[in-house]
Amino acid sequence: MSDLNVLFAGFGGQGILFSGKVMAYAAMMEGKELSWLPSYGPEMRGGTASCSVCISDKAIGSPLVVNPDVLVVMNLPSLEKFENDVVPGGIIIIDSSIVHKEVARTDVRVVYVDASRIAEENGLKGAANMVMLGRLFKETGFCSAENLDLGLQKSIPARKANLLESNRKAIALGIES
Amino acid sequence: MNEKVLMKGNEAIAEAAIAAGCRHFFGYPITPQTEVAAYMSKRMPKIGGVYLQAESEVASINMVLGAGAAGVRVMTSTSSPGISLMAEGISYIAGSDVPCLIVNVQRGGPGLGGIQPSQADYFQATKSTAHGDFHMLVFAPSTVQETVDMIAMAFDLGDKYRMPTMVLSDGMLGQMMEPVVLPEPREPDNDSKDWAISGHKGKREHNVVNSLYINPQELETLVKARFEKYAEIKENHQIAEEYLADDADIIIVAYGSSSRVSRSAIDAARKQGIKVGMIRPITLWPFPEKAIEKHVGHAKAFLSVEMSMGQMVEDVRLVVNGRAPVEFYGRTGGVIPTPNEVLEQIVRINGGVQ
Repeated sequence: MSDLNVLFAGFGGQGILFSGKVMAYAAMMEGKELSWLPSYGPEMRGGTASCSVCISDKAIGSPLVVNPDVLVVMNLPSLEKFENDVVPGGIIIIDSSIVHKEVARTDVRVVYVDASRIAEENGLKGAANMVMLGRLFKETGFCSAENLDLGLQKSIPARKANLLESNRKAIALGIES
Repeated sequence: MNEKVLMKGNEAIAEAAIAAGCRHFFGYPITPQTEVAAYMSKRMPKIGGVYLQAESEVASINMVLGAGAAGVRVMTSTSSPGISLMAEGISYIAGSDVPCLIVNVQRGGPGLGGIQPSQADYFQATKSTAHGDFHMLVFAPSTVQETVDMIAMAFDLGDKYRMPTMVLSDGMLGQMMEPVVLPEPREPDNDSKDWAISGHKGKREHNVVNSLYINPQELETLVKARFEKYAEIKENHQIAEEYLADDADIIIVAYGSSSRVSRSAIDAARKQGIKVGMIRPITLWPFPEKAIEKHVGHAKAFLSVEMSMGQMVEDVRLVVNGRAPVEFYGRTGGVIPTPNEVLEQIVRINGGVQ
């Protein structure tokens, strides 16, 4: 894998930006070039949020992912907005607990993950984003398992260190899903 | 060497300034720049520095003038409308030969405009910041690491030439995160500024920092001396980076965020066999004329790509001076051009040159 452009999209408050950050840090631990770019604006909890993560062996050109190789999507408006932007042959990973709609396109691979339900049933409410990240890791192998864990450790500030284990568990559930 | 970390462009600006010995920050919040001030407000009190949120941009820049005149390393940061408010103060700073760093994380304009990334302040930064004959050194980073490296360079050159310097970023570079290695911190060096009004306990003649000169001859002499300094800077401090330019038929000229979009477009065009390259101005003033001039002979066309209606393109045309066509492509108002849009322009121009 040389280049991978991922777009994470969903509601504000789902941890969309954080998922991207963990991926970005993991890629950094892997020794890759990378960029992380959030949508920004008059955003609010419950509004839409998205972030672009680019990983490459070469310097990153445009950090804005217009045509993602992988779309990780956690709400319906984002699926409707970005579905047609995914490159042919790309992957769409959908939180099917929240998005009750099938992807119309036939030229992409679609992965339905019951992420929010899986998280909730395992006492990890709010960690569906990490379940999705685990599945993204499984589908793309964008880094080694060790570096994914290091990326997670780097992304969690020291004062929130108690959240490390639950996030780890959620990622593992995503990999198993 | 410091550890590689992921940082937002805006936070990296603040940390790099602190590492370069800056202990005085005056500013006023504005999107998409506010993380600079927020970061400074957390860090400065812990290291014996000053963070002050002024009542406005006008007040901020005058505080910068005061601190700079006292000989300390000082900065402010804002976004486009904020620079307009600071214009008068920047002219006073230039007219007083006071070094300082001004960061502009550009957003769409004119007016309050929008909060998405833009490059429409090129004219303002390089030509018409405010009244009077003067220039600032203007640096345009294209990555978070380069932003960090430029902050130190901007402070050092500002001190060397006793003039205001600007780092011209934009909302995309400010908001994005990339890996960065911060430089080793330096202690502030304020003692070498023998012109500063820093108190002397009666041991020497007092210094004066001032921009008011009623006698026209005296003012002309001063301005002319300043322009000799500018000529020296033009000779010695033009910086540009070339990307696949040596064999290029088409040369894109782009800086900052639009250079990154262009780089993606160039890679795609090269795969189609189109000989296209780029000159990326790193200093916008002085404009890297020499880097462009070097390629005027073999390049069949130039294309300026900007997030504006076409500003830097005028400087490219001044250098090329009719010897090759200079075209323009831009998006404005906070819209970021896509690599595909730039690729279309490359393909179109390539059709014309064959």
